[in-house]
Amino acid sequence: MNGIRALIVDDSSVMRKIVERSLRQAGVEMSGVFEAGNGAEALAVLADNKVDLILCDINMPVMDGLEMVKQLPAVPNAKGVPVVMITTEGSESHVVQALSAGARGYIRKPFTAEQVKEHVLPLLGVNA
Amino acid sequence: MKTTGELLAGNASGHENWGKVLEVAAREVFELMLGCTLTVPETPFEDTREITAMVGLAGLLCGVMGIACSVKAATFMASKMLGIEPSQVGPEMCDAFGEVCNMVAGNFKNKIARLGNECMLSVPTVITGNDYSLHSPTDSEALEVRLLFENMPLTISLQIHN
Repeated sequence: MNGIRALIVDDSSVMRKIVERSLRQAGVEMSGVFEAGNGAEALAVLADNKVDLILCDINMPVMDGLEMVKQLPAVPNAKGVPVVMITTEGSESHVVQALSAGARGYIRKPFTAEQVKEHVLPLLGVNA
Repeated sequence: MKTTGELLAGNASGHENWGKVLEVAAREVFELMLGCTLTVPETPFEDTREITAMVGLAGLLCGVMGIACSVKAATFMASKMLGIEPSQVGPEMCDAFGEVCNMVAGNFKNKIARLGNECMLSVPTVITGNDYSLHSPTDSEALEVRLLFENMPLTISLQIHN
């Protein structure tokens, strides 16, 4: 797992930094980290950049995470890219909605680096 | 003393255990995201309301959750979350403090039966200063939990509007 490019989507810049740190603590080596403050910004990033992993909050202004995931199939650079939701919305209905929309993983805030490892590494082809 | 499981058996129709659930929700956020243990004050403390984060709740439960503390405490929270010295914390302090409130609110509602699915959260708002009053509907209930974060007072409140 050498040098993946991750896109972290959260309206909190502090939370984006925490997610990035958790990825590094989980042993994910990154060659690039893109950040977006909402789903619309994330789609704009993906229009010009290829990534290997997307980690995305749900509750965000402008465009929420669920809507962004629904729009990903129309984005060529997002084809086959695993999406993991990281959110305070922990209800079963949110999990079902996210997974139905195409997300491959779901992590509830508050979270640990160990949970990030368990959910993300298998999606990158590495045993957690 | 009730176990966490018993406390978490609360539901959206009765509020008897909600103060304790709120405390558990806050403890988990501080332990997992900040690496700190909140403690119960041995003696009552004076409100040190210099900064307040609020998150609105709508749906099956309508209300406002708030966390109030000193600017020093909020700065320490940001430093713990970012892994930097308190002296290095800048404008991201409000962002970090709002996220703490957001996570406590989310963790709280996810512990109450039905609220996880049927209650939505707003994005957080952070207010600095203490010269304000919060006016809620006259029939609203209020829960308040007072804890210490690194020996600094922290007041967590939940105004319930329905």
